[in-house]
Amino acid sequence: MEKQATRDAYGKALLELGQRYENVVVLDADLSKSTKTADFAKAFPDRFINAGIAEQNMMGMAAGLAASGKVVFASSFAIFATGRAFEMVRNSLAYGNLNVKVCATHAGITVGEDGGSHQSVEDIALMRSIPNMLVLAPADGASTRAALFQLYDYQGPAYLRLGRPAVPLIYDDKLDFKIGRGIELRNGSDATIVSCGIMVAKSLEAAQILADEGIQVSVVDMHTIKPVDQELLISKARETGCILTVEEHSIIGGLGSAVAEAVSENQPVPVLRMGINDQFGQSGSPDELLQYYGLTVERIVHNIHNLLKKK
Amino acid sequence: MKAINEQVIAECSERARLMRRDIISMLSESGSGHSGGSLSAADIVACLYYGEMNIDPLRPDWEERDRFVLSKGHAAPVLYAALAQKGFFPREQLLTLRKLGSPLQGHPDRNKLAGVEACSGSLGQGISWAVGMALAAKMDKKEYRIYALLGDGELEEGIVWEAAMAAAQYKLDNLLAIVDNNGLQIDGRIEEVMSPEPIDDKFKAFGWEVIKVDGHDHRMILEAMAKARDIKARPTVIVAQTIKGKGCSFMENRVEWHGSTPNQDEAARALAELA
Repeated sequence: MEKQATRDAYGKALLELGQRYENVVVLDADLSKSTKTADFAKAFPDRFINAGIAEQNMMGMAAGLAASGKVVFASSFAIFATGRAFEMVRNSLAYGNLNVKVCATHAGITVGEDGGSHQSVEDIALMRSIPNMLVLAPADGASTRAALFQLYDYQGPAYLRLGRPAVPLIYDDKLDFKIGRGIELRNGSDATIVSCGIMVAKSLEAAQILADEGIQVSVVDMHTIKPVDQELLISKARETGCILTVEEHSIIGGLGSAVAEAVSENQPVPVLRMGINDQFGQSGSPDELLQYYGLTVERIVHNIHNLLKKK
Repeated sequence: MKAINEQVIAECSERARLMRRDIISMLSESGSGHSGGSLSAADIVACLYYGEMNIDPLRPDWEERDRFVLSKGHAAPVLYAALAQKGFFPREQLLTLRKLGSPLQGHPDRNKLAGVEACSGSLGQGISWAVGMALAAKMDKKEYRIYALLGDGELEEGIVWEAAMAAAQYKLDNLLAIVDNNGLQIDGRIEEVMSPEPIDDKFKAFGWEVIKVDGHDHRMILEAMAKARDIKARPTVIVAQTIKGKGCSFMENRVEWHGSTPNQDEAARALAELA
């Protein structure tokens, strides 16, 4: 299966956006080679601002640029963009309801060897808690590109969560991507797996193994975590009677929480959340870490078995 | 920018007096807010709105306008007083300050009130917005200028120096920062709490042009602002020596008036002094 890191797709799409629209401005905080904004920087040096290692001021400058009519894409690692600069994202970008897209790469534990200090497992929770903020976590390169083009047209602040490692391409160009609309990739009536980001591909793999066992599960790519697709969640809860959420993020405050909130208030069914269990990450290869923290295809299969007993 | 002459200086002086009266009335009515730092900045803000800046109250979104960011957002009453006097909104509205549903929020909100350029008040963020605005003006090859007013206590925020570095790096000579150096912050004298001094040397070290003025001398303020226009390839900061609570004798240089408001009797005394 062909693979691409979502950050690579981001860098390419950003360059395309820059070619198409003159009001696109990109900011980075000395990580442009890693976040992949470097290609935009090279092509449009006058519309690229390197903030240096100063994420707080990067967000403040983004606010000033957006208040002057620019559509701003601000990039850093997820830990710094949402953690260190949280209050600037909250008070300058979101409170100001400004047209700034915080596009953060290196989210989750698959940052790998850099270790727990650099592995953001709280960013979705942080961004989701802020009024006005849109939160997206695309699963692959094609959906990242689609998300970026829709974010350009979307008026207001947004958070786009991107990853470091190459992940399987799930979609092709014919992808029907709409902000706020989950994508049902597979239909089955026994259970529903709702996942986002790099865990979507693993959920699809698990669904195939389960199908071979005679268990038919639906798989939803919930690329928009806020506003979450409540309508789809309610109908899947009704049709399948239980939901497993899978994310490369803390089980506190992320996709699992968003799904549990929507389902418990509207169509209560058993919901099991898979993710990082209120722990920090550590050094290791991305695959070793996914194994260590239980974010594996085998674990998804195992959890579906457990969940079916609760129906 | 108006040519500096006796008439302009007299208008700035008179407007500052009227703004101080509005500040007292607003804060007395609201019962909460920041008196001392609004009064210390009144002369600076009057010079911006009545001498220096190119703005049009009838076209608050006019693309070529100069932009003023009140980075020390807790001094919102001085900004609101200036905007009301300029005609951005009816002066009666001043008395709705801090009340439910009012566009005059406790700290400025650009989405609620015409003429307000930023959402400021979380200290240090306003200067960062101003740097972004100055970058946008450079990208678009526009002539308009960006102004940011900071408190001296505000300089304790790290983001101020991140922004200062960026402004010098990108040679933002269209940016003028002004420090309202009144020497007091909530917990006491700035040199006792956490001294940002020497303010002038710090900005110089960060690559800025520094001009020092008496922040209550309108001629000096206007001349410094005019001089800043001639400084090329680097940003300028005016360090304005001011008196917290200026214009109201019982508030002057008294830290307890940082975040408190005059009662009716005190307001009457203050207004009599500002008659």
